[in-house]
Amino acid sequence: MDFNDSPEEAAYRDAARAWLETNAAAHKGAASASGRRPNSPEHMAMAKAWQAKKADAGYACITWPKEWGGQGGTPVQNVIFSQEEARYPIPGNPFQIGLGMCVPTVMTFADEETKKRFVGPALRGEEIWSQLFSEPSGGSDVAASRTKAERAPDGSGDWIISGQKVWTTGAQFSDFGIVITRTSPDKPKHKGLTMFWIDMKDPGVEVKPIHQMSGGSGFNEVFFTDVRVKDSQRLGAVDEGWKVSLVTLMNERLAVGGQTGAGWQQFMEAARNTPGLDGGSALQDGALREKLADWYVQAEGLKHTRNRTMTALSRGQTPGPESSIGKIISAVQMQELGNTAIEMLDQYGIIDDPELASLNGAFHFSLMFGPGLRIAGGTDEILRNIIAERVLGLPGDIRVDKDVPFKDMPTGR
Amino acid sequence: MNFDYSDDQKFLKNEARKFLEARCTSAAVRKVLDNDDVSFDADLWKGVGEQGWLGAAIPEAFGGLGLGHVELCAIAEEMGRVVAPIPFASTVYFLAEAVLLAGDEAQKTDLLPKIAAGELIGCFATSEGPGVVSPASLACRVEGGKLSGVKIPVTDGDIADVAVVLASEGGKPGLFLVDLKGAGVSRETLKSLDPTRGVARLTFKDAAATRLGGAGEGFALAEQVFDRAAVLLAFEQTGGADKCLEMAKDYAMGRYAFGRVIAGYQAMKHKLADMYVKNQVARSNAYYGAWALNTNAAELPVAASAARIAASEAYWFGSKENIQTHGGMGFTWEVDCHLYYRRSRQLGLVAGAPKVWKERLVSQLERRNAA
Repeated sequence: MDFNDSPEEAAYRDAARAWLETNAAAHKGAASASGRRPNSPEHMAMAKAWQAKKADAGYACITWPKEWGGQGGTPVQNVIFSQEEARYPIPGNPFQIGLGMCVPTVMTFADEETKKRFVGPALRGEEIWSQLFSEPSGGSDVAASRTKAERAPDGSGDWIISGQKVWTTGAQFSDFGIVITRTSPDKPKHKGLTMFWIDMKDPGVEVKPIHQMSGGSGFNEVFFTDVRVKDSQRLGAVDEGWKVSLVTLMNERLAVGGQTGAGWQQFMEAARNTPGLDGGSALQDGALREKLADWYVQAEGLKHTRNRTMTALSRGQTPGPESSIGKIISAVQMQELGNTAIEMLDQYGIIDDPELASLNGAFHFSLMFGPGLRIAGGTDEILRNIIAERVLGLPGDIRVDKDVPFKDMPTGR
Repeated sequence: MNFDYSDDQKFLKNEARKFLEARCTSAAVRKVLDNDDVSFDADLWKGVGEQGWLGAAIPEAFGGLGLGHVELCAIAEEMGRVVAPIPFASTVYFLAEAVLLAGDEAQKTDLLPKIAAGELIGCFATSEGPGVVSPASLACRVEGGKLSGVKIPVTDGDIADVAVVLASEGGKPGLFLVDLKGAGVSRETLKSLDPTRGVARLTFKDAAATRLGGAGEGFALAEQVFDRAAVLLAFEQTGGADKCLEMAKDYAMGRYAFGRVIAGYQAMKHKLADMYVKNQVARSNAYYGAWALNTNAAELPVAASAARIAASEAYWFGSKENIQTHGGMGFTWEVDCHLYYRRSRQLGLVAGAPKVWKERLVSQLERRNAA
């Protein structure tokens, strides 16, 4: 029971450290200054420059085969590099969805020519990809997608796509995307879907940012109006899109991230400097101290759960299902911690001005972004279902829609 | 990264599981539960001694197996799964750890081989009544090597041979070893929330007491013993919590209501998923505690606190929701759910309640952050 690298891992870490010290140090300062506006053109330019540098050194997609610009490396090497990279204030990564999910799907299902065209530029950060799955009628229920693709009436074999996607991360600066569409509404929902890659610059594609309740706009609606795509843009067979989407979702990167938003340390520091009951500091409040202890224990629990996952990878085993607990804990904690912090500020908590609020408004951000994190990438409820069904082996929910032709499914309207 | 049991440790753990599942059945636990005259399972105690587990973490020089504390953690986890009705924690996590930590050579030579051989049962006596014990409130006193006062409750105080007692000497707290079979000791068995783990009141009147560790260091030493015990108890708690989840799952998969197994209803699925999440948080914190204990790391007090808080929460939640999952059957004496519910409370209190540990944790984090 220890945290030591194996000799091979230690050597890999040393090499990564040395490379980062030479190459990442130059990004200091600049990245953190633009970090508050992660969607700004300056930030994007820096992110692309950093990505190209990593690609040149083989660090952009470590586990990919060498012929596609990777190192043919192990998942644990990938984790090691991420850990070391996180020590530098490098720019945020707008390529994660593309390289983690979309491009691997393209690599699995597209022809050689398509792969040659797209993999390299994506790896180098020259082109950004979006994943277009969620729809207004189906977030948790992705297989209920209604965006339709029909053969063009001219006999060319082309497809015409119409409909709407929603909650598309990064669509506003994406060049390409993979989109799941309904091709056979007469078949049950999982059996009538087809996947395509599309050019986001096509005139029939319209991206509209979503104004979130937290004030920002990290996500988008994407509208498709008679977007014509070649049959060669199809990924997988017609009506086999659900299987393709499972490959996309399987490729989700191993989560190595830590907490989201302000954590117990920031809360403790703020509490120490905030007047509490009876003229003392808020940190003397027993109720707050209990909550602090709980958050610490949860954060440590997640940290060491990641260490267990890393151990399995390091031993060449498949990580256990324990990594599935992360977001259930961290998203709820983000919201709770934010709310407890503003309540600690008492009346002053009403002020949401970064110039005046504690920690530049980090607690207000947690309060207002927490609800989104509890939904994005699997709601609290869907994640519990996944643990219950895939980890504990409990029965699936009753599906009234499974064998019904999609067009006959009740939709509530 | 090796943040898990090694293959050898997994082998030991598996052996312990096989042994305990065969020897510590529900029927065996219930013999202690249902019989006021039986305070522990003497056969099981003997068997555990023969396996060498009482001395798993005791050095070979003192008659133990000389394995590490991680091995002891693995055994503890299995003890927790079967709610073993034996004084394993009192003897191994408290007495042996206290002697290893603070004993002089003579005390180690005298006591550790006997513990390892299963010839001696121990207990750890700090509490003197309701609420948290503090240096100012300490009423037990030692004068001229003679202890007087009352300790209540003392887990396994009814059957122990030796007690480690927190008492004040010349106004300063110390830890003392007391032979409970000697003169000046009287004990009274009390009704326990968990009858599979006995509890007693110990009354001392000029009982012979030998100091364990330095004068005036009693509270600091007791805290260190609690840290070590907390990690080991966290493994028992995690084992128990895992067992509760398995029991709940098995029952829910076989119980039909409204024409289908209740395990298919989201209210049940999400409840069991919540149990799983808490158990994983407990296990991960317990592993960190095991690492800190095994390496005697400076992080031990913080790691032990986190392990204890997480494990106490997981076991409490798991044991109560296991009853809920079993419905009316879970509320009967015949079904085992209450054994785990009772044990979760016993383990949750025996080294101090979670509230106390949360305060300890935050004070330590404050100090660490200030440093």
